[in-house]
Amino acid sequence: MGIRENLDQIRQKFDEAVGQASVLQQLEEMRVAFLGKKGELTGVLRGMGSLSAEERPVIGQRANEIRVHMEEMLSKRVEELKKKAQEEKLQKEAVDVTMPGTPREKGALHPINQIIDEMKELFIGMGYTVADGPEVEYDYYNFEALNLPEGHPARDTQDTFYITDKMLLRTQTSSVQIHVMEHSKPPFRIIAPGKVYRADNMDATHSPIFHQIEGLVVDKGVTMGDLKGTLEVYAKYMFGENTKIRLRPHHFPFTEPSAEVDVSCWACGGKGCRVCKGEGWIEVLGCGMVHPDVLRRCGIDPEVYSGFAFGIGVERTAMARFGVTDLRQFFEGDVRFLGQF
Amino acid sequence: MKAPVEWMLSYTDIKAETKEEIRELASQMTLSGSKVESVDRVGAEISNVVIGLVKEVRPHENSDHLQICQVDVGEDEAAESGRKILQIVTGAPNVRVGGYVPTALDGAVIAGGHTIRNGKLRGVESLGMMCSFEELGLNAADYPGGVEYGLIILQDIDEFKGLSEAELNGFIGKDVMQVLGAEGTVIDFEITSNRADCFSILGLAREAAVTENRLTGRGAKFNCPEPVVKEESDARVEELVNVKVEAPDLCPRYMARAVTDVKIGPSPKWMRKRLQEAGVRAINNIVDITNYVMLEYGQPMHAFDIRTIRGREITVRRAADGEKLTTLDEVERTLDSSMLVIADKEGGIAVAGVMGGLDSEIREDTPTVVFESAIFDGVTVRRGAKKIGLRTESSSRFEKGLDAVTCAKALDRAAELVELLGAGKVCKGVIDRYSRPKEPRKVKCAVDAINKFIGIHATRQEMEGILEDLGCETHFDEGYVIPPSFRDDLLQDADIAEEVARFYGYNRIESSLLSGCESMSGGLTREQKLCDRVRRTLTGLGYNEMLTFSFGSPTVFDKLQLPAGDPLRDAVVISNPLGEDFSVMRTSMVPSALESLARNHAHRVERAALFEISYVYIKTDKYPDELPEHRRLITLAGYGDPNFFDFKGDVEALLKAVRVKKYDFEPGDAAAMPYMHPGRLCRLTVDGRDAGFFGQIHPVVAAAYEIPDDTMIACLTASALFDAVIDIPQNKELPKYPAVTRDIAVVLGKEVPQGYVDRLIRQRGGSILESCTLFDCYEGLQVGPGKKSLAYALSFRAPDRTLTDEDVDKAMKKILNGVETEFGASLRV
Repeated sequence: MGIRENLDQIRQKFDEAVGQASVLQQLEEMRVAFLGKKGELTGVLRGMGSLSAEERPVIGQRANEIRVHMEEMLSKRVEELKKKAQEEKLQKEAVDVTMPGTPREKGALHPINQIIDEMKELFIGMGYTVADGPEVEYDYYNFEALNLPEGHPARDTQDTFYITDKMLLRTQTSSVQIHVMEHSKPPFRIIAPGKVYRADNMDATHSPIFHQIEGLVVDKGVTMGDLKGTLEVYAKYMFGENTKIRLRPHHFPFTEPSAEVDVSCWACGGKGCRVCKGEGWIEVLGCGMVHPDVLRRCGIDPEVYSGFAFGIGVERTAMARFGVTDLRQFFEGDVRFLGQF
Repeated sequence: MKAPVEWMLSYTDIKAETKEEIRELASQMTLSGSKVESVDRVGAEISNVVIGLVKEVRPHENSDHLQICQVDVGEDEAAESGRKILQIVTGAPNVRVGGYVPTALDGAVIAGGHTIRNGKLRGVESLGMMCSFEELGLNAADYPGGVEYGLIILQDIDEFKGLSEAELNGFIGKDVMQVLGAEGTVIDFEITSNRADCFSILGLAREAAVTENRLTGRGAKFNCPEPVVKEESDARVEELVNVKVEAPDLCPRYMARAVTDVKIGPSPKWMRKRLQEAGVRAINNIVDITNYVMLEYGQPMHAFDIRTIRGREITVRRAADGEKLTTLDEVERTLDSSMLVIADKEGGIAVAGVMGGLDSEIREDTPTVVFESAIFDGVTVRRGAKKIGLRTESSSRFEKGLDAVTCAKALDRAAELVELLGAGKVCKGVIDRYSRPKEPRKVKCAVDAINKFIGIHATRQEMEGILEDLGCETHFDEGYVIPPSFRDDLLQDADIAEEVARFYGYNRIESSLLSGCESMSGGLTREQKLCDRVRRTLTGLGYNEMLTFSFGSPTVFDKLQLPAGDPLRDAVVISNPLGEDFSVMRTSMVPSALESLARNHAHRVERAALFEISYVYIKTDKYPDELPEHRRLITLAGYGDPNFFDFKGDVEALLKAVRVKKYDFEPGDAAAMPYMHPGRLCRLTVDGRDAGFFGQIHPVVAAAYEIPDDTMIACLTASALFDAVIDIPQNKELPKYPAVTRDIAVVLGKEVPQGYVDRLIRQRGGSILESCTLFDCYEGLQVGPGKKSLAYALSFRAPDRTLTDEDVDKAMKKILNGVETEFGASLRV
């Protein structure tokens, strides 16, 4: 048998084997068996010396073609088998993605504090700082300095917890106004969120402890229009872009003029529904221009400065926002309740 | 304050009769500052009862007392006669042909909410019911001529007597309540403490008129005629009674008039109706007059039976301490010298401004009455009323401060009404003890300043119009306004600005945004930011934020097993708490947290983790001359799965997240905290400073709170943590040279806290010791009784070179020497 026939035979043998190889190991063995130092093709080429000068280049070329063919076939098969192996692995690794995830505990911020956080964010953006004041407070800061001297009938509207004759639990965050004005110089833009206390028994809509956010702005040339504008921003931010506000004259001893503020009902948009008791409006806060006597008492000249103040009830806003109907839930610490927010 | 609409509007030319008109008036008044609480219809319960004419009456065959009537109840186009005739069976004995009677139609509602339906009475069809006063919820006594039992027959009632048949026929088919004048609308107003003048029908009428005239621009006038007294009696008031004011500081004006030949009887229907609608019970003409004037003018009045003024002399004086007086409501009151009494020669006959004495009450046979109209100091009345626990219509008016001018008008009005009602003869003259006549007050103000302050552009004419409608005299050229005597709340320019603004319309003020002279940068303080960081970290660790009450029960100290004299027991006490359970300001967060956990446990919540940043209130040395310290604590608490070390891990994660530097843990002082598990109590120190504690609750305390034994709590002092926070962390170059790692295991007494060993290793390891990690703790046979083995993985590294074995050996030797000498430890081999 001639060398040429030999080559063809090797190639045929190779083509059969490569088609049958099913694991990478077999292909590696074939590479050694055909192309290795002692491989079949190498063996044939070694016998080239016995060929004639005419035959040698022809056979050489032929052998070379077969070698290239073998190398290509081998690497092609290797790729195919690797790919197959990868696919099998992926298939094996598949999981039921609808099985539950490993539980991780995640706590929630208190809904009351979430409202306070949002308000802080809003007002800080408008140049306000956040002030703080004591809850156990002197009568002076809670009442006297705010034009509510001893014996003033408006004191009756705020059932006060007293500690001593001169010390009490603050009934309003307005006391912080006085601390701020006493300790620094205008201009001021502050909000003061915090706990306040009134001797109300606990029920679905009352609590002896609740939260207010006080606002105070004092500067040259502050007008009631500025107060209205500020409250409009607040109302839209808190209750939605289409919210309208309405001011009604009212009386607070420490502001003059004073107003109560209604927002258009967040449930019906002002048409009248159960939430707003058919009124279309819901009262959300009290406000006014800081009373000149209050400014004077804190050493601020009302001829030069004017300002406004407002007080927002947080619980009410939180109840509306989160659909809470019983105020008591805020203070019970039930994780099933708290975890929802 | 309940204002009957008909009464209020009688002093104005406002027409508001329909439901819609009254609602509109009410809502406009709310917008001008007279807040409407509710609008209620009186007699609204009765519906579909009309006047009918009885055309025919014949006996009922199956009854000896029932009669069958044909009643004309108005037009009916479908009927042949053009009239709607109903057959109604009645048992009323006074039914008669030609009687105009109230007829309840099918579906009508009568008093008590009963609905009338067509039906049959003993086999005869009856299409409605004819009504008595009672069935309409009315009082026959209000309608002289009418009968108490039996049907109302319109033309028998005095006020309908003498009407022509045509006039009476005009009533057929009309609503009976309207015909009888029994319906009315009452607006309930919230009166703020600055508006004593609005605690009266006249005051509200004035507000209504100014609202209609200025705010809505519909135009309206307020009109209150001055009272005119004829003074019919020959007697002079001074001959009958004398008045001495011994406390003029608390009683700036005291006025009196006398009425002789008093005829006690019921007051007329119009007066009783107005009183009833305003929520005041009608009693007799004299008492009704005092109440009527109080409601009308806002000036409380008192009427004394002259026979009960012993010595015929009234003295206004401070009460003696312990003085007793039985008030009209038959309760004996004990007074003191801070209160004011009206006394006769022998003793008190009224608590000034609060309530009269029982003995001076007007009786059926009272012959002569003395009317009092006075001004008492508001604060004195308020305090007195509060002390004796008796807040009355009268005291709530006095405490707001009343007007001396109105005081005089009200007294004349009472006398005028006595004459109008024929209740007696008014004596000549008025007793008037007026020690400090009130001067008109000039209030400085200017048009431009008001516009600038409110942010509006009202004209001077607009302002003058509003202020004059309100009773002010305006002198803008001179720069001031004189408020009316009854407006003691108008003291300075801001007050005048409010008056202008509320009738200019708050809702016409244009919104603007703060311009300010300087733009201001807002933001949070460092402490506020850190609190927020704590809150976010803890929610990330699975804790829910709670809010608990700052006050609680003093019994919690026993529940916590605190010994007598424990500093936590020294709490700030509320003098008027809602109850013992809410009577002391908390000194510890432990009870608050455990109560919350207990509620969760009671609801069978398997696992609860809660936190709160809030205050405890600690008395300082100077308390009560100084406010208590508001100490901010960070409290974590939970039960369910955290074992001690899981919980400690959370505490450490928190410390790392807020970047607290140099913290350390020590075994806690169990004796000082009997509410904690003595073997599972850890004290946290930060920068060498006490920063709170954490650990497991004592099982006895857990049982007392009905919470699981595995309950953990941490109470950390916020300021101690925050003071040690690294605000801006500094980058440390990542290591360039390799680390050398060594393990070391030492055997030592098991009572030695691991933390101490760890601390010592770090000390001795020096600057090249990069980390020290405990990886094994073993107690058992291999190390012997009372011993334990601690194994640490140590890593050494230098920032500037590769360490040699020699460097590390040296450090290891120092470490070993240290633990041997400090703790008697030996190397475990």
